[in-house]
Amino acid sequence: MDTDHLLQGLATDNDHRERPVGSVLATALMIAAPVSLVIFFMTLGFRKDIATALYDPFFDLKFLVTTVVISATAISIHLSRPEASLKGWKRLLLIPVGLLSFGIVSEMMMPQRLSWATRLIGSNSKVCMTAIPLLSLPLLIASLVALRHGAPTRPALAGAYAGLLSAGFAATLYASQCTDDSPLFVATWYPLAIGLVTAVGALAGSRWLRF
Amino acid sequence: MREHEDEWADLMRRGNAGDSGAYHRLLKAITPFLRAVTRQRLARAGQPVDQSEDIVQEILLAVHLKRHTWDADAPFSPWLFAIARNKLVDALRRRGRRIFVNIEDFTETIVSEPVAETVPATDVTAHLQGLPRRQRDVLLSIAVESISIRATAAKLAMSEGAVRVALHRGLANLAARLQKE
Repeated sequence: MDTDHLLQGLATDNDHRERPVGSVLATALMIAAPVSLVIFFMTLGFRKDIATALYDPFFDLKFLVTTVVISATAISIHLSRPEASLKGWKRLLLIPVGLLSFGIVSEMMMPQRLSWATRLIGSNSKVCMTAIPLLSLPLLIASLVALRHGAPTRPALAGAYAGLLSAGFAATLYASQCTDDSPLFVATWYPLAIGLVTAVGALAGSRWLRF
Repeated sequence: MREHEDEWADLMRRGNAGDSGAYHRLLKAITPFLRAVTRQRLARAGQPVDQSEDIVQEILLAVHLKRHTWDADAPFSPWLFAIARNKLVDALRRRGRRIFVNIEDFTETIVSEPVAETVPATDVTAHLQGLPRRQRDVLLSIAVESISIRATAAKLAMSEGAVRVALHRGLANLAARLQKE
């Protein structure tokens, strides 16, 4: 087919409008999030003392993982533009890191019943490492499908951020069930679990997000 | 190609607003530029330059199918370069050599005279044969025979909506097959 003919075909198809990637991603996440929620409430559910836990600043601090969801979603949408550069955007991820460091320092300055090693190891690390990856799966699949509408020139990176946003959401759910509130526990196990999902996302992205 | 920025961005905006004539003019305007860049890149990679038209067509398909990722408030050329670069790297990699294409190279490319298509592309034609019959018939009618959507619908006894869907799916299918190659 001559290039002129191809152009004729492309120009005639101009009436076909694709939705912006952000709106496709939003729809996909709104479909997948309830799936994760149902799995969460069927298997884990809120911790029993959640009403009192809400008054514990260290319990509340765990929800800084929620900011990861917002930052990673924004970066994913940005990365679906082919000319996207990450300059400046990575700073968004410093928000949770900064808040967590602040939490660790605050906790260190308070008198504690348990040693720092006991608090770090906690008693739920296995559940944490299992629940976060499992709960993030529906969102990871949905966001990868949505990001295929984009044009990421760095598909592995875009996939990694899809993993990060999914794991951030899963970690938010998990945090409301877990009774380990020490920032040391959070800073150890949450990043491990989230990192695992991010790596899976990067791998999947490098295969499926290429265009 | 910075001097074309305003003109191209304007045509693209009008195309996105539904002006298919402006969109067609944009595609015609960027094609010689893409052709020149592709030839330069193939020559530098020690590849035969006569394969350039296949790569040009692949870039044009990607530009078309991903045009919703262009932000109308952002400059057009960097977006175009990024798509072209992505497809060039991919095409050269498939041809057995991994080549890093520097984005700066694009801005230096001077198209003094429009580069005409010499050796016709063969990939699209080859993959056309593998498409579902409806998509192939619609594509051939609209692209090659330049028959309007309405006349194509009458000719193939399809609704205009079905012709539009088949056209778009056909193009998306072609792009996917070219990439998998």
